Amino acid sequence: MARIHLDGVAHSYLAAPQGPQDFAVKRLDHVWEDGGAYALLGPSGCGKTTLLNIISGLITPSQGHLLFDGADVTALPTAARNIAQVFQFPVIYDTMTVGENLAFPLRNRHVAGAEVAKRVAEVAQMLDLAPILKKKARGLTADVKQKISLGRGLVRPDVAAILFDEPLTVIDPHLKWMLRSKLKELHRQLKLTMIYVTHDQTEALTFADKVVVMYEGEVVQIGTPEELFERPAHTFVGYFIGSPGMNVAPVQVEGNRARLANLEAGGQQISLGRAYPGIAAGARTELGIRPEYVRIGRNGAGLSARVVKVDDVGRYRIVRVDIAGHIFNAITAEEARIDGDRVNVLLDPANIHIYADSRRVEGEPSRAGAA
Amino acid sequence: MTLELRNVTRQVGGQIHIRDLSLTLEHGTLNVLLGPTLSGKTTLMRLMAGLDQPSSGQVFWDGVDVTGVPVRKRSVAMVYQQFINYPTLSVYENIASPMRVAGQAKDEIDRRVREVAELLKLTPLLQRTPLELSGGQQQRTALARALAKRAGLLLLDEPLANLDYKLREELRQELPRIFSATGGILVYATTEPLEALLLGGSTATLSEGRVTQFGRTIEVYRRPNSLATARIFSDPPINTLAVEKAGGVLSSATGLLRFAATGDLGRLPDGAYVVGFRPDHLYLAKPGPDAVAVSATVAIAEITGSESFIHVDFAGERWVALVHGVHDLAIGQTVPLYLEPGRFLLFNAAGALAAAPGARAAA
Repeated sequence: MARIHLDGVAHSYLAAPQGPQDFAVKRLDHVWEDGGAYALLGPSGCGKTTLLNIISGLITPSQGHLLFDGADVTALPTAARNIAQVFQFPVIYDTMTVGENLAFPLRNRHVAGAEVAKRVAEVAQMLDLAPILKKKARGLTADVKQKISLGRGLVRPDVAAILFDEPLTVIDPHLKWMLRSKLKELHRQLKLTMIYVTHDQTEALTFADKVVVMYEGEVVQIGTPEELFERPAHTFVGYFIGSPGMNVAPVQVEGNRARLANLEAGGQQISLGRAYPGIAAGARTELGIRPEYVRIGRNGAGLSARVVKVDDVGRYRIVRVDIAGHIFNAITAEEARIDGDRVNVLLDPANIHIYADSRRVEGEPSRAGAA
Repeated sequence: MTLELRNVTRQVGGQIHIRDLSLTLEHGTLNVLLGPTLSGKTTLMRLMAGLDQPSSGQVFWDGVDVTGVPVRKRSVAMVYQQFINYPTLSVYENIASPMRVAGQAKDEIDRRVREVAELLKLTPLLQRTPLELSGGQQQRTALARALAKRAGLLLLDEPLANLDYKLREELRQELPRIFSATGGILVYATTEPLEALLLGGSTATLSEGRVTQFGRTIEVYRRPNSLATARIFSDPPINTLAVEKAGGVLSSATGLLRFAATGDLGRLPDGAYVVGFRPDHLYLAKPGPDAVAVSATVAIAEITGSESFIHVDFAGERWVALVHGVHDLAIGQTVPLYLEPGRFLLFNAAGALAAAPGARAAA
């Protein structure tokens, strides 16, 4: 297992990139710690697969260096990097048995027969493949085949890292749960460096200790699932993580209060509890708050709003409200009832974030702002 | 308009894909077919469309038997998971093509193309070809073509499965609204329970070529008529445990779980049952005075940022608790967990729903 260091790595598919917009992966300095479980999360086209291909050696970056345990591997081909990969679709040999498939990466590297048998037995045990080791892979269902692919990724004890590229896409929801928790259990047991690429937030958050969120070729935040949820560093992180994502609306910030963009002066104000003197003049300011922290009330304090839609998804309700032309989502308890059209909306100041040009601005205790 | 399938069976090479299935869908309704891979969703849609013919049984459209009528003579549009567009035609022409084939007036075609393009946010892309579009844009083009046709029956077979999570979220929200303007019958196949709940409408749960239940989506979710339906309609999987009712007490085989048969449960005859409850009804903190405590072993804890999925082993079963907040519990640790019998679903030995005190409380 290895510590992987991306040292000033950037990549453009163009021969002569003119500016940042020409880079599929913008300049990146990052260390993947030995034994860590990482997820690379972002929408299609964000550069996550390019970054994975740089680590695996399928792509040589236009700029920067890649170091495994301090040794420069930038110029090394995939085969020389000692990396195991699991892809979106199962890559196995139909004519071989399950056991032969699992043994293949070891036999290919001339590992001794006794060691092969031992590793195959161990991996089969972990993935519940032991009862079917002697079966031909042909005719097995997609999820069993993908388990074999995972097994082939895990069978070599000496790999620098295991890379997973959307490994659960073809799997039914129920089996996804089983395979995902299995993968996490294996990570805890084996302490392997694992990098998991996905566009699915649930997969990324539940698998990884640290999630790397990419957007338009840039890493916009690296954090624990809790950090990404509680303190999204970029409006994109707020939007992309969470379902529904964070509510984001343009505001004017005045001292420790904010006013929604098209609410007139003197109208309803939102108390922020903090002031934001750090916002640069002319910056686009937005307020962000997750639906989990938006409270719907019947009367009294809060912003006056109109209920647009209520979706009952069983475990909770998603209430869409219109506040002066801005749509906000609120998540309310399973038992909560929303009656009528007009409601009052309370935004919990402790969970309001302020963004300037899409990036989170740290607030200061409100006394400074009020002065 | 009504689409009725009456005792339809579809058999291919000795294998039964659809088994004696009856289902009636009314016009202007949104219907979800929910079931795992190979449960028969695509086969059923192809029978509805007339792309395949039933081995036995009949299909009625507004009371008229259309069983033998080929698809091109029916008012049907279908969109598959793998979107299909004409690669050499512009987005505009892709959307217009079925209407051109039908020989509709040019003005009318133009009006409808622009209308659906606007709904699906394709207006700026109308002159591009599919190869110049992202996957999401291509799928929206395929959807636009199906919608513009204004077919009486619109079949969408896992139409968002290949799209990014967030795009799926947006399209899913827009679809019912876009569709409601057309007035036809919408059938939407998915493997994902949350997708069914977000779409709303009615849901038919499918298992091994049979419809196990058909009703209002939220009602099927709250009151599944069988263990099979409950399993199909639960993500994360529903937690279960075999219990025996003897007099006023229900208990598991090893006695690890024991609770009083109060309310609805008290009226059940003695015998063997399976208790089912959803992951959000397994708690780390005591939720109420009637909660029952058990002790389970942590298999793995998964954290989503605001919630945790705690996978535990209890009495030979793997359960999942979905709890609020971050709880990074160590593997192998023993934790106290709480269950609320008032939220249980009880299934009898045949797998049919015997009692659902929780569904009554929530209704």
